[in-house]
Amino acid sequence: MAIELEDVWFSYPNGVEALRGISLTIREGEFVIIMGPNGAGKTTLVKTFNGLIRPTRGRVLVDGVDTKEATVAELSRNVGLVFQNPDHQLFCETVEEEIAFALKNFGFEEDEIRRRVDWALKTFGLEEYRDVSPLVLSGGEKKRVALASVLVWEPKYLVLDEPTLGQDYAQKERLKELVRGLMGDRAVVMVTHDVEFVADMRPRPRLILLSGGRLIADGRAEDILTDPECIDRARLVRPQVPEVLRALRSLGAPVRTDVLDVEEARDIILSILGAGTG
Amino acid sequence: MPIIEIEGLRFTYSGSKRPALDGIDLSIEKGEFVILTGPSGCGKTTLCRCLNGLIPHFYHGDFQGRVIVAGLDTREHEIWELAQHVGLVFQNPENQLFCLTVEADVAFGPENLGLPREEIRRRVDWALRATGMWELRLRAPHELSGGQQQRAAIAGVLAMEPDVLILDEPTSFLDPAGAADIIALVAKLCRGHGITVILAEHRLELVAPYADRMIVMEKGRIALNGSPEEVLTSERAVELGIGIPKVVRLHGLLASSGLRLPRTPLSPREMAELLTEVAGSWR
Repeated sequence: MAIELEDVWFSYPNGVEALRGISLTIREGEFVIIMGPNGAGKTTLVKTFNGLIRPTRGRVLVDGVDTKEATVAELSRNVGLVFQNPDHQLFCETVEEEIAFALKNFGFEEDEIRRRVDWALKTFGLEEYRDVSPLVLSGGEKKRVALASVLVWEPKYLVLDEPTLGQDYAQKERLKELVRGLMGDRAVVMVTHDVEFVADMRPRPRLILLSGGRLIADGRAEDILTDPECIDRARLVRPQVPEVLRALRSLGAPVRTDVLDVEEARDIILSILGAGTG
Repeated sequence: MPIIEIEGLRFTYSGSKRPALDGIDLSIEKGEFVILTGPSGCGKTTLCRCLNGLIPHFYHGDFQGRVIVAGLDTREHEIWELAQHVGLVFQNPENQLFCLTVEADVAFGPENLGLPREEIRRRVDWALRATGMWELRLRAPHELSGGQQQRAAIAGVLAMEPDVLILDEPTSFLDPAGAADIIALVAKLCRGHGITVILAEHRLELVAPYADRMIVMEKGRIALNGSPEEVLTSERAVELGIGIPKVVRLHGLLASSGLRLPRTPLSPREMAELLTEVAGSWR
């Protein structure tokens, strides 16, 4: 079971070519990060997963079904997309209704809806806002409501577009924990710019880099994030740990640079200093 | 004399029970580059609004204490008057640009001051050049990238020739390279033109190398106030859950293993140089 993109091209009506021949497969249980500069096509790409955008050329298959042959509602049962800006997603009068909305649409039983909504409110620390309008919440709280309202129907493929945007460090740490708890059978796909956040992710994700609508790298995060050429092409900021090691090497120290982990970097530095001072 | 002096500042928004600022005392010298950080909801934005008079003139509530900016008590001077001394740049540049061209947007502030034409021209040209927007001055703001829009917004504030530039998470909507460009621009304005900078930001690895001072807020109060090195290596900073840059964490791990460096590095390059100093040479 997988989301499969076969040579996907997409142009917006204004002529902007947002995707140029993307082929990739995301399998159940995978953890995938998508990165790239603003305008690289990241959001367009994830919108092809649930049929919000249908390719101008090529095709997208979700568990073998061509997205051209299914409605967004049908596809969404398996592919849950959480938008970058919660204001584009939230519209109900209360947080409780917001979270129950999709469950009602998918025809869940009343009891089941109640059980799941209670779980979501509790899991996301939103119990006190049950009867409050989502629109009066803070940016971080709105993001949690948007996430809860998708997770509650347990989509097989969960896609998060820029969940770290504007979030502080503690909120990002909680998000990391939450995502870790969600993995398993489910695939989690996350669009983000946050290099250090990805560098700290466990388990280590698969990383896909986009630039100008093309896939420029697809591989293990530890390989791509420690390759300065890739990072620069994707207009990301180089992560600090491999940069320390690269700077050391340029000053003559015999060190590897394919390291993201702070602890591992410490061990490497201690060992060369031990050898040097003998 | 400090350019900003705050004494016993307490502010509670109308309709709110909890104070957003709960006893702030702070003094900032002319030309300083100050980072303001802390968890969401700690009061950073409210403090920024107090510095340019949006509080108490635009956002109402219970205001106690004093805020003096460039010698002006913010309660006794209107926003337009304060705007000639303090410029505020917001998170989302789209909300700040509304004219048909970048140039018209940048000219908007000085025109409203009723300055002579030549003076407006001089200021607009200077602001466009200082922000690298000269070539793009005739473009419509909506045609620009997020980073260019944010530069245009900064140019608009600069054209007022402020003493103090306040930026409230100005890079949140930008990609990492765009964010790094904006921070480098702000540092240039501070070092090259002597403008005092107060920058609210979460991504400390991006801004720490430039800053003279780092202030961490929590629940409407100042929890930490010192050099970036002091603040980032304090135990309290870890408790407060601000993102400690990896080089500072690596430095801490090395120190607990007995390896002391002459100072706390704030960038990868600096760390490599300090380690090389300690090693003598790598042969």
